[in-house]
Amino acid sequence: MTTRTDSPAPGDTDEAGSWTARLRSRIVGLVPAGQALPDRQPVYLASWIYVFGVLTLSALAVVILSGGILAIGGAAWWHVSSLGLFVNSLHLWSVELFFGFMVIHLWGKFWMAAWRGGRAMTWITGMVLFLASIGTAFTGYLSQANFASQWISAEAKDGINSIGVGAFFNVLNPGQMLLWHVVLLPFGVGALTVIHVILVRRHGVVPPIDAADPSTDKEA
Amino acid sequence: MSTLSIVTESAGRYVHWGVVLISVTNLLIIAAMVVVFVLALVVPFGSGHEQATDQERREP
Repeated sequence: MTTRTDSPAPGDTDEAGSWTARLRSRIVGLVPAGQALPDRQPVYLASWIYVFGVLTLSALAVVILSGGILAIGGAAWWHVSSLGLFVNSLHLWSVELFFGFMVIHLWGKFWMAAWRGGRAMTWITGMVLFLASIGTAFTGYLSQANFASQWISAEAKDGINSIGVGAFFNVLNPGQMLLWHVVLLPFGVGALTVIHVILVRRHGVVPPIDAADPSTDKEA
Repeated sequence: MSTLSIVTESAGRYVHWGVVLISVTNLLIIAAMVVVFVLALVVPFGSGHEQATDQERREP
């Protein structure tokens, strides 16, 4: 075994010629140093209204975990197994809490004008995430494999056709809706969630309207 | 003319007010969310430890 002593140390590589180094510096620069998982926050965060964002994330974690267990059991497991029924109910109620927490989070951020201080993209990604979550939940209703999902799909088809997407988004096709529900839309929701959280950590949590913004050191 | 009424059907109870038609269940959920929202604004947030400033952290 030989050891090269003339190789550059990590971080000393020529970034112009290495996409790895450029990607590394891009990732490291996403959030300010120490802000990825801060253990201290500004004093104005000592309010319950600031808790609903992380409650939404927590509920999303339960949604994904219970959905993963349902995927292991298969598309009809929750109709024939008591454990399947329990996990199905866990999935439903974690979604209910997810939306409840997210809407209260939205109300709080709306009334504190959370797009201030260069946080417009944080607000926009949150709104798109809200819409993507609604789409994911609706395809979940279509994936129940029962009379309710048949009824909902029959009611939804005219609306979907009226906006011109029925040719490739067929709510009457339960297999297609199930795959949208467990693959495509969760991927979108997950990616948007990561971007949203990175933006929150990058710009900091918005201060109250009459408080000073620590990220800009001026009154918000 | 819009009148407020509660419509009882086999599928559940609905509040019918002009163009607004909402199930009692959904209305109660929305009301509960508004209550939670107001409580989140007014209930004091318990602090487990004193918030130290950056200056205090530099000077232990």
